Amino acid sequence: MNFTLKIWRQKDAKSKGGFQQYKVTDISSDTSFLEMLDILNNSLVHEGKEPVAFDHDCREGICGMCSLHINGHAHGPEQGVTTCQIYMRQFPDNSTITVEPWRSTAFPVIKDLVVNRGAYDQILQAGGYVSVRTNSVPDGNAIPIPKADADESMDAAACVGCGACAATCKNGSAMLFVAARVSSLAKLPQGRVEGIRRAKAMVAKMDELGFGNCTNTGACAAECPKKISIAHIARLNREFLSAKLKD
Amino acid sequence: MALKLDSKIPAGPLADKWSNHKAAIKVVSPANKRKLDIIVVGTGLGGASAAASLGELGYNVKVFCIQDSPRRAHSIAAQGGINAAKNYQNDNDSVYRLFYDTIKGGDYRSREANVYRLAEVSNLIIDQCVAQGVPFAREYGGLLANRSFGGAQVSRTFYARGQTGQQLLLGAYAALNKEIHNGTVKSYPRHEMLDLVIEQGEARGIIARNLVTGEIERFGAHAVVLATGGYGNVFFLSTNAMASNGSAAFQCYRKGAGFANPCFTQIHPTCIPVHGTQQSKLTLMSESLRNDGRIWVPKNIEDVKALRAGTKKPSDIAEEDRDYYLERRYPAFGNLVPRDVASRAAKERCDAGFGVNETGLAVFLDFKTAIARLGKEVIKQRYGNLFDMYKEITDTDPYEQPMQIFPAVHYTMGGIWVDYNLMTTIPGLYAIGEANFSDHGANRLGASALMQGLADGYFVLPYTIGDYLSHKIQAPKVKTDTVAFDEAEKAVRAKIEKLLSINGNQSVDDIHKRLGHIMWENVGMARTKESLTTAIKLIAELRKEFWKDVKVVGTADSFNVELEKAIRLADFLELGELMARDALNREESCGGHFRTEHQTEDGEADRDDENFVYAAVWEYKGMDNEPELNKEALNFEFVHPAKRNYKD
Repeated sequence: MNFTLKIWRQKDAKSKGGFQQYKVTDISSDTSFLEMLDILNNSLVHEGKEPVAFDHDCREGICGMCSLHINGHAHGPEQGVTTCQIYMRQFPDNSTITVEPWRSTAFPVIKDLVVNRGAYDQILQAGGYVSVRTNSVPDGNAIPIPKADADESMDAAACVGCGACAATCKNGSAMLFVAARVSSLAKLPQGRVEGIRRAKAMVAKMDELGFGNCTNTGACAAECPKKISIAHIARLNREFLSAKLKD
Repeated sequence: MALKLDSKIPAGPLADKWSNHKAAIKVVSPANKRKLDIIVVGTGLGGASAAASLGELGYNVKVFCIQDSPRRAHSIAAQGGINAAKNYQNDNDSVYRLFYDTIKGGDYRSREANVYRLAEVSNLIIDQCVAQGVPFAREYGGLLANRSFGGAQVSRTFYARGQTGQQLLLGAYAALNKEIHNGTVKSYPRHEMLDLVIEQGEARGIIARNLVTGEIERFGAHAVVLATGGYGNVFFLSTNAMASNGSAAFQCYRKGAGFANPCFTQIHPTCIPVHGTQQSKLTLMSESLRNDGRIWVPKNIEDVKALRAGTKKPSDIAEEDRDYYLERRYPAFGNLVPRDVASRAAKERCDAGFGVNETGLAVFLDFKTAIARLGKEVIKQRYGNLFDMYKEITDTDPYEQPMQIFPAVHYTMGGIWVDYNLMTTIPGLYAIGEANFSDHGANRLGASALMQGLADGYFVLPYTIGDYLSHKIQAPKVKTDTVAFDEAEKAVRAKIEKLLSINGNQSVDDIHKRLGHIMWENVGMARTKESLTTAIKLIAELRKEFWKDVKVVGTADSFNVELEKAIRLADFLELGELMARDALNREESCGGHFRTEHQTEDGEADRDDENFVYAAVWEYKGMDNEPELNKEALNFEFVHPAKRNYKD
């Protein structure tokens, strides 16, 4: 298969970026999207040109490192997958594919397609944990948890922290990301103890870091590679409201 | 100078060793902990849990990772589960049984005392993770669920769907975030350790490269903890993440840390086969599939040809024309033989020309019988997510046609030598998790990697490091403007400059693929004296070629992935040779290490307990010089090494 690629190139955070066009030819349909970029990069290296910088690591959809905006969609047009799980057979032969970095004020571009998602770490540092010390804990079975609650907690905990939600949201809101963590812990008795403090601290940090407000358009959930439900945002709002009422 | 290998295994009964040791080692008072600095390199299960626990204790911790966030370390990709001796199933599990299964699974090439301690603290890990809010699978009664895994007759594996590694890492990462918030830990993402700094024979800090700006930075500390994972990517294609590498460990080896059993590599039997020359990595399909899947290739070579030509589908091949070779060779265990045995058997069939895809490197994993017996719905409930994942990658529906699988490099049991305190041969330098060698011997059991990473980080290192640091309470802050730091930084800069100046004709990936090919062909699933000698020669030649002909574009002072890869490949080109040398020395077959010359009449691994009951610990002697072999004898005081048999 052959493709024309329009790829965002940007030397560093301070430089102005722009699209550059590349051709890739003789790509096997079973090649993954990132392998296709590897092939492009290898040929660029041979030409003495700088390869396209992009984030990736596990290449099996779990580390959350890969983060490409492809043809206008975070992680490409297919639903429920990360960028590394896209294959070239999903694109028409001889088509043009546009590749951009996440576009969000809170995720500044570092180089080409690589952005800084440190803001997500900062939100979790503000309160996305249960304050237990190592070894200061009861037996694992001392806290029975209804299976349905554990399952729902796990649904939310599947978030890989890739940033697609904020990058997709027209307001640049990180609500789905924050909600996934708050909701996962809110469904468990261990997490309830600090529930109020957690919701307030994480939302405050999110606002401070320049993420926008949530207007419930649902675009985040539609593009989420792990299909995290927007229902978690409702739970976050409940947690946050009850926290505020107690102020 | 030979290495001083004092394992520091405490005396006394097996079950009392760890308690006695804890009582005997020194502790550091809270007021003094505040004055001590610790560097932790790596943020997988080992690194994140260690950094968080050390921060809680009051030490000043600096934690480094090469990814953009500590949460992305490759522990995140572990699927199956984590073992613990809770005996929640009342199936007569115990600390002793977990210890015994692990030491036997490792083919009697690990230390009794370390493995026993691992089993002993396993239960604490589950408690810890539950308290952190890890959503483990539960039964309807609200209690924790378990499943079975290879190499055990009890059900002791705790899991969170097929994402256990992710959930445990998010737990450790959350603990780390808590300590970052509390100010005890400072995080340095997108930083790569490029050298270890030693002064007066002790670890004093690291040189790291800021991967965003390219700046070379110095960090001093009273102790350095290496938690940088395994080196499976020496094979280029593996199930490891793309950036996983052995460089930090290799720098320590270069500076005097012993490297133990480098040839012990785990090759996992059920991975999705290579599809062409452009593939970047391999994907694992969970071991659990072998519970219901049957592995086969055609009996007749004509059918193999027809499959490759596309004139026949696997379902067109009649039952009597299929060779269920594991069931044929190992009637007692059938498709559930251990990983090393299943992998070698697949290779044997493919070498004989029966590989079922166009590359000739694939066998079938077929659910036809199971679907007929149990119905599609049951299979879907058990393996639905794996079947979906397989279809996503291969575009083939495994409900209709069998999966194609082939073995792939997955884990390295070998690593930096450590004593019972997890300290390397360099005082003040510790190695934990997959980066060290101590617990899995020659073969790791499923669901034990997560256990070891968290055992080391939460429950072992935080105690043992105090014993060393108790001697440092009067030591001042480590200064980084010293000769040792100057020299280390200078060497790092010179290496980078050299790599950028070669401007040859081959890309880093071109050479890495060639190294991977040499490793896989000669130091892979079956090794011979001849193949290993060849590998040593070929790798030395390739290394010379690399330093003359590699092309690294870009600059030193910018975000430069090609440079990162080149630095790592330079080390892989030495590490590969070290693995071959170790495999050549070990004239026996054990666990994941199979020497073709050392097999029984029926083709099984022939372990040599007269001559090889030792850890081979290598000492660096220069890039093109042979390393020196040191031996740590393994004393089996409590269990008697027995032969593994899966036939009857």
